[in-house]
Amino acid sequence: MDALDALEIARWQFGITTVYHFMMVPLTIGLGLVVAVIQTIWHRTGKPEYLRMTKFWGKLFLINFIMGVATGIVQEFQFGMAWSEYSRFVGDVFGAPLALEALLAFFVESTFLGLWIFGWKQLKPAIHLACLWIAVVGSVFSAYFIIVANSWMQHPVGVEMIDGRPVMTDAWAVFTNNTALVAVPHTLFGALAVAGGFLLGIAWYHLWRRRRDGVDTVGADGKVIAGEAAEIPGRDRDDHKVWLRSLRIGAVVAMISFAGTALTGDLQGKLMFEQQPMKMAAAEAACHDGTGFSVLSIGNIGSQSCDDIVALIEVPGILSYLAKGDFTTEVQGVNSLLPEYKEKYGTHLPDNPIYGERAGQEIDYLPVMEVTYWGFRMMIGFGGLAALAALVALWLTRKGTVPESKWLMRLAVIGILAPFGANAAGWIFTEMGRQPFVVAPNPDPSGIDQVFMFTAAAVSPGVSAGELMTSLVTLTAIYAVLLVVEVKLLVKYIRGGVVSAMPELVHAPVDENEDATPGPGGPGGKPADDVLAFAY
Amino acid sequence: MELLPTIWFIAIAVLWTGYLFLEGFDLGVGMLMKLFARNNTERRVLLNTVGPVWDGNEVWLLTAGGATFAAFPLWYASLFSALYLPLLVVLVALIFRAVAFEYRGKVDTEQWRARWDWAIALGSFFAAFGVGAALALTTTGLPLNANGDREGGPFAWFNGYAVLGGLAVVGFALVHALAFLALKTDGEVRHRARAWFVRLLPVLLLPIAAWAVTVQVLEGKPWTWALVLLAVAAAATAWSMARKGAEGKAFMALGAFLALGSASIFGAAFPVVLPSTLNEAFDLTISNASSSDYTLGLMSAVAAFGLPLVIAYQAWTYWVFRKRVSAAHIPEAHSFLPAIAAKAFSTKG
Repeated sequence: MDALDALEIARWQFGITTVYHFMMVPLTIGLGLVVAVIQTIWHRTGKPEYLRMTKFWGKLFLINFIMGVATGIVQEFQFGMAWSEYSRFVGDVFGAPLALEALLAFFVESTFLGLWIFGWKQLKPAIHLACLWIAVVGSVFSAYFIIVANSWMQHPVGVEMIDGRPVMTDAWAVFTNNTALVAVPHTLFGALAVAGGFLLGIAWYHLWRRRRDGVDTVGADGKVIAGEAAEIPGRDRDDHKVWLRSLRIGAVVAMISFAGTALTGDLQGKLMFEQQPMKMAAAEAACHDGTGFSVLSIGNIGSQSCDDIVALIEVPGILSYLAKGDFTTEVQGVNSLLPEYKEKYGTHLPDNPIYGERAGQEIDYLPVMEVTYWGFRMMIGFGGLAALAALVALWLTRKGTVPESKWLMRLAVIGILAPFGANAAGWIFTEMGRQPFVVAPNPDPSGIDQVFMFTAAAVSPGVSAGELMTSLVTLTAIYAVLLVVEVKLLVKYIRGGVVSAMPELVHAPVDENEDATPGPGGPGGKPADDVLAFAY
Repeated sequence: MELLPTIWFIAIAVLWTGYLFLEGFDLGVGMLMKLFARNNTERRVLLNTVGPVWDGNEVWLLTAGGATFAAFPLWYASLFSALYLPLLVVLVALIFRAVAFEYRGKVDTEQWRARWDWAIALGSFFAAFGVGAALALTTTGLPLNANGDREGGPFAWFNGYAVLGGLAVVGFALVHALAFLALKTDGEVRHRARAWFVRLLPVLLLPIAAWAVTVQVLEGKPWTWALVLLAVAAAATAWSMARKGAEGKAFMALGAFLALGSASIFGAAFPVVLPSTLNEAFDLTISNASSSDYTLGLMSAVAAFGLPLVIAYQAWTYWVFRKRVSAAHIPEAHSFLPAIAAKAFSTKG
C-alpha cells in the first residue's frame, strides 16, 4: 500500500474531528434541554431537590459544553483549510447556513449561557431561567442550520448550475429541504437519548452508593426508606429525591427519544431510498432486488464484491416496508443500481487536474459496505438497547431505589455510552454511505441531477499531504488528551455528588468557592456577593 | 461598483473589527495572566473580568469566518487553505484557551492551575498573533495561482508582513486589555493596569501603526490616509484620558483607534480582498470572489436584523456584569469531599 495521500488524510481528519465534536454536541443539546426543564420545575415549585438537580446537572453540562465549543471552531475552519475546492464549489449555497448558524445561534448560545452561569444573583430568577431557555433554543437553532447545510450535501435543492457552480436560486427550498426537516428532529431525539442515558446511569450510581453505604435501606414491603448520612455533606433525604427523580426523568427521556428517533428515522429511510438509493442498498448489503430485510449477512470482509455476500437471516417484506411502506414492492439492489449510476454520472473520473492522481480512474459507486451495513445496525442496536435498558430501569426502581447488585450498577454506567455509540454510528453511516460523492446527486430529473461533486475533487489542491498529516496528528493527539481530562473532571464531579456543584451544602464554609446560593433567601453575608455569584 | 459585494466587504470589515475590539481585550487579559498578574488571586481577578463574556466575544471570529465563506467563498477557500499551518496554530491555541478558562478552577492544586495558566497565556498569544498575521497577509497578498491555490510550499506565506501583523494584534490586545482591566477592576490591579497602560501604550501600538502605514504606502487613498491620522489622534486621546484617570473614556478612545485603523486598512485594500503576489490577474476582488446577488441579498436581510440584535444583547450582558471586580471578591479556592468517599474505604467487599 502507498502512503496515505492528501485526500485520504483530509477525510480521516474530517471524520475524526467530526465524530469527536459530535460526542460533545448531543450531550450539550440534550442535557441543556433537560436542565432547562428541571430549573423550570424548581422555579415553579421551589422544591430543593430540583435546585440541586439544576446545579449538579448544570455543572456537568458546562464541563462538557466547553469541549463542544473548543472543537467546533475546527469544524468551521477546516472547510476552507482542507477542502478549498469544495468550499469554492458550494460556497454560494453552503456558506449561508454556516454564517447564519454563527450569527443567529452561536451568539445566542454563548452569550446567554454566560449570563446563566454568572448571573445567578445579578438577574431576577425568571430572567435567569429565561437565559437558559434562550441558550437552549440557540443550540437547537445551531443544529437546524448545520443540518440544513449537511442535508444540502445529501440532497441538493434550490440551486441552478451557473458557470459550473451551483448558485442558490430558492432559499426556501434550501432551508426547508425535506431531508433536513426529518434529519433535524432525528438528531434532536438522538441528543435527548444521550442525555437520558447520562442521567439514568449517573443517578443509578448514586442511588446504588446510598444503599451500599447504608444510607438508604429497603423495608419489608420492598419500598425504600431514605436516610441521612450526617458525616457526608449533602447526603440527606433530599439527595435521595435528587437521584430518584433524575433516574426517572432520564429513563422517560430515553424511551421517548428512542420512539422519536425510530419514527423520524423511518421517514428518513423512505426519503433515502428515493434520494440516495445506493446508500440504502449498501446499508442493507442488498445486492439483488428484493423485499427482505437482512438481519445478518456475511461476506468476505473488504472484498466489496456483491457475489461474496450471503444473507443468513432475512425477513421478507420488511425492506419494502422501510423503503415504501408496503411489503411487496421490490427494492433495487446494488447490482441493478450500479449500471444506472454509471450511466448517469460516468464510469471514470474526468481527466481534470482537480482530481490529482485520481483523474481518469474508474469510479466505485458502492460505499464501503461493512461500514454502511454495520453502521446502520449499530445505530439501531445501540439506540434500542438504551431504550430497553431505560424500561427495565423504571421497573427495577419502582419501589424507590435501585437493587444492590454491583453488576447492574456497572451496566447502567456503561450504558451511558450506548446512545453516544448510536449517534456516532448513524453519522458515520450517513456520511460514508454518501461516498464517492461529497455532494450526492439529487435524482430528481428536473435538471438539478447534474449538481453533484465527487469527494476526490473536493480537497485543497494547494495543501500538501505533509501539512494535512501534521494537523491530523496534532488534532488527534490534543483531542485524545482533552478527552481524558474531560472524563476525569466529569468523574470527579459525578463522584462528588450534588455538593460538588453546591458548596453551600457543606456546613463548614471553609471550602466554599462558588458561593452560588440563589434567590434573596440565601445566607450570603459577604458585601461582594452580587459582584461574583460564580467565580472562575 | 457592485452594491451587494461592497456591502458585504464592509460587513466583514465590521465583523473583524468587532472581533478585535471584543476578543482583543480578552486575548490581552489572557496574555496578562502571565505578564501582569502577580499571584493566584490576581489571576482570578483577571479571569473573572472576562468570565461571562469571552465565549460570546469569540463567536465574532466564527461569524467573520462564516460570513466570509458565505459572501466570498473564493476568498475564504484561498485564504484558509493557503494559511493552513498558521491557522492550525490558531485553532490549537483557541482550543487550549477555551478549555483552560473552564477547567482551571476545577482542581485545587498549584500544578493544575499553573498548566492551565500557561494554556491561557500562550493560547491567547498565538491566537492573537495568528489572526493578526492572517489579516495582514490578506491585505498584502499571498503567492496564489490562477485557481487561487498557494504556490511554493507550506511556508510560502511567511514574510515580514505576517510578523508585523502578528505583533500588531498582540500589541493592541495587550494595550486594550490594560485599558479594560483599569475599567473593570478595582484596587491594586486597577491602578497598576492604568499605570502600565500609560507607560506601554506608545510602544505596544507601534506595530499596529506601522502596519496601517505600510498598507497605506502600498495601496492607500487620500481618505484612508486621513483615517490613519484620526486613529493616531484617538490613540493620543486614549493615552491622555488614562493619565487623567478617565478610564471609560480611555477605553472608548482606544476602541475608536481600532475602528479607524481597521477602516483605514480595509479601505485601502478595497476592492481587492486577497491579492496574488504572483500575478495581478489572479487577485481576488469583491467582484470575482463573491457569491451571487441572490445569496448576498438573503444574507443582507438576515444580518440587517441579526447583527443589531447581537450587539444589543451583548451590550446588555456587559451592563449586567458592569461592576468592578477586585481581589476582595474572589472566594476561596474550591475543594470538596466526594459524597461517596467517606464510606468508600470502610465498606470494601
